Amino acid sequence: MEMVNLKINNMPCQAPAGSTILEAAHEIGITIPTLCYLKEIQRVHGACRVCVVEVKGARNLLPACVYPVSEGMEVFTNTPKVQAARKTNLELILSTHNQDCMSCVRSGDCELLRLCKQYGVDKSNSFEGAMPERQDDYSALHLIKDNSKCIICRRCISTCAEKQGVGVINVVERGFNTHIACAFEGKLADSTCIGCGQCINVCPTGALVERDDTQKVWTALGDPTRHVIVQTAPSVRAALGEEFGLPIGTNVQGKMVAALRRLGFAGVYDTDFAADMTIMEEATEFLHRMKSGGPLPLITSCSPGWVRYCETFYPEFIPNLSSCKSPQQMFGALSKTYYAQKMGIDPRDIYCVSVMPCTAKKLEIGRPDQCAAGPDIPDVDVSITTRELGRMIHRSGLRFNDLPDEDFDPAMGEASGAGHIFGATGGVMEAALRTAVETLTGQEVEPVEFQAVRGTDAIKEATYQVGDLTLRICVVSGTANAAKVLDMVRSGEKRYDFIEVMACPGGCVNGGGQPIQPAQVRNFTDIKGLRAKALYDLDRDSPVRKSHENPLVKKVYAEFLGQPGGEKAHQILHTHYQKREKLY
Amino acid sequence: MRHFSTVPFAGTPEQEEQLKSWLDQNKDMPGVVMPALQKAQETYGYLPIEVQRMVAEALGKPLAEIYGVATFYSQFSLAPKGKYRISVCLGTACYVKGSGKIYEKLQEKLGISGGECTPDGKFSLDACRCVGACGLAPVMMVNDDVYGRLTEDDLDGILAKYTD
Repeated sequence: MEMVNLKINNMPCQAPAGSTILEAAHEIGITIPTLCYLKEIQRVHGACRVCVVEVKGARNLLPACVYPVSEGMEVFTNTPKVQAARKTNLELILSTHNQDCMSCVRSGDCELLRLCKQYGVDKSNSFEGAMPERQDDYSALHLIKDNSKCIICRRCISTCAEKQGVGVINVVERGFNTHIACAFEGKLADSTCIGCGQCINVCPTGALVERDDTQKVWTALGDPTRHVIVQTAPSVRAALGEEFGLPIGTNVQGKMVAALRRLGFAGVYDTDFAADMTIMEEATEFLHRMKSGGPLPLITSCSPGWVRYCETFYPEFIPNLSSCKSPQQMFGALSKTYYAQKMGIDPRDIYCVSVMPCTAKKLEIGRPDQCAAGPDIPDVDVSITTRELGRMIHRSGLRFNDLPDEDFDPAMGEASGAGHIFGATGGVMEAALRTAVETLTGQEVEPVEFQAVRGTDAIKEATYQVGDLTLRICVVSGTANAAKVLDMVRSGEKRYDFIEVMACPGGCVNGGGQPIQPAQVRNFTDIKGLRAKALYDLDRDSPVRKSHENPLVKKVYAEFLGQPGGEKAHQILHTHYQKREKLY
Repeated sequence: MRHFSTVPFAGTPEQEEQLKSWLDQNKDMPGVVMPALQKAQETYGYLPIEVQRMVAEALGKPLAEIYGVATFYSQFSLAPKGKYRISVCLGTACYVKGSGKIYEKLQEKLGISGGECTPDGKFSLDACRCVGACGLAPVMMVNDDVYGRLTEDDLDGILAKYTD
């Protein structure tokens, strides 16, 4: 790599040719503030002008996030001129910003607020900009858009269009009327939005937030006639600790269980158990399709953002989607059938709360055909995100980090290592292979790790020879990448038997409902890799690592469902899909 | 907030064919969105959702992206032009003689904002710059008819001429 020599604040240093001033400064321990810059997206940055620095010989201040280093360059990141310019730029941004910070859900982790504090911005010298007309969108069940808090950094737009291949929002109009909107000011609820929530995770302010459903949970918990139970997805335990200042990638399963119990849930259960159930059903479905000639490739259906994407943008692949409900829905369905029966509780009295790393799960609970116990009994009553659970624990006054480590309740809380890794890209595939290969060959799989499907690469593929069958598999995350794979399948360029798709880049560990890390951290930390490692470690240390060896899974089939893929299992654990109109 | 035209879309198969064949031939051109929208506006006279959707689908781009470009440039119109196109001159001479008030009054009388068209498709209203009749300021035009030395009281009489 060609290196160039430069000085930053009089400190001699080296940086790779072509890197930016921002990256070079980061290497020597200097953080240059940013509001629009996000390393993971490709589109041109430099919109917010908060990252400006002085460069000797340059006429103007330069934006560090896009300006490349060069030999002999002398950069000053912190002069009075730079500080004054940054402060002015922040004041200009604030002049059209709704400053109801006290009631904003992002107070505390707002990137704009943090910078205003750092640069001593106060109202005394603010500009009186024309406040734009408020254009809120409360139409969607998963996402709220409040343009009065938007700073038009465009991170959401690039994420939606580039990374997710959806492009449901854009910057529209001009001048003071400039704002983020759907085409023709359409409502998000009717749009092609897949619900992934990636836009929320990159929003520097509170302009894009999940719909907060915690009040529903508090109300249910306060109702003595309800049997309120909770299920937690694999990825929640790998990220919830971040809400309490723990390092990224800390597995807080034990403390999370303890907190949920203290919040008053009658049963604290594990979605990972339902993930094992999903594997039983999906592996059975896969083997059946392999033997009966299709339709192949089978494509996973655990990720509701992906399912919505497929229904909207690639409806021709709907027959390829696994008919299995997602683990969230399988858990809900079993809680109101198997569990209700076993505990002797009327399913109408069971209130099933799910904690998910995901905003699309809020949409999934309302899908048709997700009420196994009866038409007016939803499998899952309310779905909250990891962030919302963090908020509930904060409000409850529980000192999370001081809680003991506790275990899930046994009735629906026992999971294998295969269930735990569902949260990482490649995890569902690996879990399925552990079971499918063993079912096909009748022999123990050893080792149980399928390394080719691990890691955070966007697209991974592998071929396995199992008995007389050749399995061609592909693992993809991020719906824009899924589109690339499907295009290749459609054109015949690639042939696969089994494809795992997760809507969010890196999988659920990086889901749209996970704790928000500011761009300063996102740009220089492998968040998804660290969180995934927590799940793989949990798998490594699990006594049972294959779904079909989970004693609870065996019990549920023996006592209640019968055979995997059988009639009763189909009634309770499977669903169907439908093409969605692409209005805008 | 922008108001959207409620005039029903009345594109013909010939217009659609014309636009689609242009899009088909030019879709790989770098920076194609602007010329595509220019072609679409040339073909249909304006850019309603039906037309923008044709452009988006042919170019394989999200509708929101097309709409973002269409609303950024004032050259593009999302509303159709009426049977009678009213232009009020907001050039310097007309403006100092009170054409701003005339423009406001017309918006009030027609119930539309500048750049829009009445729901019956009869009148559209735009502001323009200098029609070369500064001696008659303030000036407005209805199609090719020029009206000068206007007062607000003249407007009802002028609009009444265009009844059919």
